[in-house]
Amino acid sequence: MPPTDAPLSAAIFEDYAILSLEELSRLCAVEAQRIIELVEEGILDILEAGSVEWRFSGACVRRARLALRLQRDLEVNLAGVALALDLMDDIEQLRRELRRRRH
Amino acid sequence: MEFKDYYKVMGVARDATEAQIKQAYRRLARKYHPDVSKEKDAEARFKELGEAYEVLKNPEKRAAYDQLGQRHSAGEEFQPPPDWGAGFEFSGAGSGGPGYSDFFESLFGRAAGNRGRGGVNQGRGEDHHAKVLLDLDASLQGGSRSFTLRVPEVDAEGRLGLKERVLNVQIPKGILGGQSIRLAGQGARPAGAGKAGDLYLEIDFKPHPQFRIDGRDLYLDLPVAPWEAALGATVKTPTPGGIVDLRIPAGSHAGSKLRLKGRGIPASPPGDFYVVLEIALPAAADDNAKAAYRALAAALPFNPRANLGV
Repeated sequence: MPPTDAPLSAAIFEDYAILSLEELSRLCAVEAQRIIELVEEGILDILEAGSVEWRFSGACVRRARLALRLQRDLEVNLAGVALALDLMDDIEQLRRELRRRRH
Repeated sequence: MEFKDYYKVMGVARDATEAQIKQAYRRLARKYHPDVSKEKDAEARFKELGEAYEVLKNPEKRAAYDQLGQRHSAGEEFQPPPDWGAGFEFSGAGSGGPGYSDFFESLFGRAAGNRGRGGVNQGRGEDHHAKVLLDLDASLQGGSRSFTLRVPEVDAEGRLGLKERVLNVQIPKGILGGQSIRLAGQGARPAGAGKAGDLYLEIDFKPHPQFRIDGRDLYLDLPVAPWEAALGATVKTPTPGGIVDLRIPAGSHAGSKLRLKGRGIPASPPGDFYVVLEIALPAAADDNAKAAYRALAAALPFNPRANLGV
């Protein structure tokens, strides 16, 4: 199929997206309960902690999907997923530090 | 189609117990999971592993596969025998997905049965997510880029297949690695009436020949001559916005970092552009150069190892 003539256009999702629990669940193709578990495990942060209606930043989609993939594919429990994510964040920080210092 | 030896893929013996297979899967999954692995062919290996596990963890599928395995070896040209699957009742519809090999699908079929899990997508097509590799210039300048995506599609017979499609996308200026573009209505179409899902393109940058990318900041290693660093100088420097005259302050040294505020990726807020100085030494290639180095040595009482105490 050839590309359409006019390029498809859209803004950066993370810049504008504020998601409800239902929207985030749908984007991850899971039941809301699975997202609630990720929040309870401290894997996902809600915007304005303490508010009645949960709201998530657009960046939560990537993190939630990553967490769910790890949980499913590696057959680890949520505490294990949370630990893996923390370590992955640390590794990313170190990689960035290496890139800054590379000589 | 080649016969695949799932036992070899998982590195287990043919008489491995269910516990051994599970253990092998977990060990290899950690090693080859595309989200955590640094192995070159992680994605392909992980798919193969998932497929092997799908068969070997399921007693019915494993038994059926074992019958075939007695007659075939890995890599051998293979067609499923006409009586394949007779006498076995596989649980559920086929459990294949778009990621499975032809070999797997010829044995266990592929089915659209795992779509819309949990009924969360009723009346609306599935959202699709794809990772795309983008050149840094697209984010710096904006502009359109085309991507070739392989998308799962259900054909007229209800079977799930992969179809290639080319998408021409306007890249929002200032997009960062890890961010995404949501293209409304470009996801899956529902089987019946209803709205198509959305397509999310997650951005990952290709390495840039000059600039290192760190979130919204960009880094450049800039070689300068020893006298430019010592005395200060104005030198031509490539930046994301084009070549500029950069003032090197007197007394700079290797590793000195000069920040050009707001000259990184034009996100909101914009990133910074960092120039990291490298001292390049001219070669003592001829008599003139050697004489110049000797004159410098004579003129400067300089011990570069003073802080080593020698």
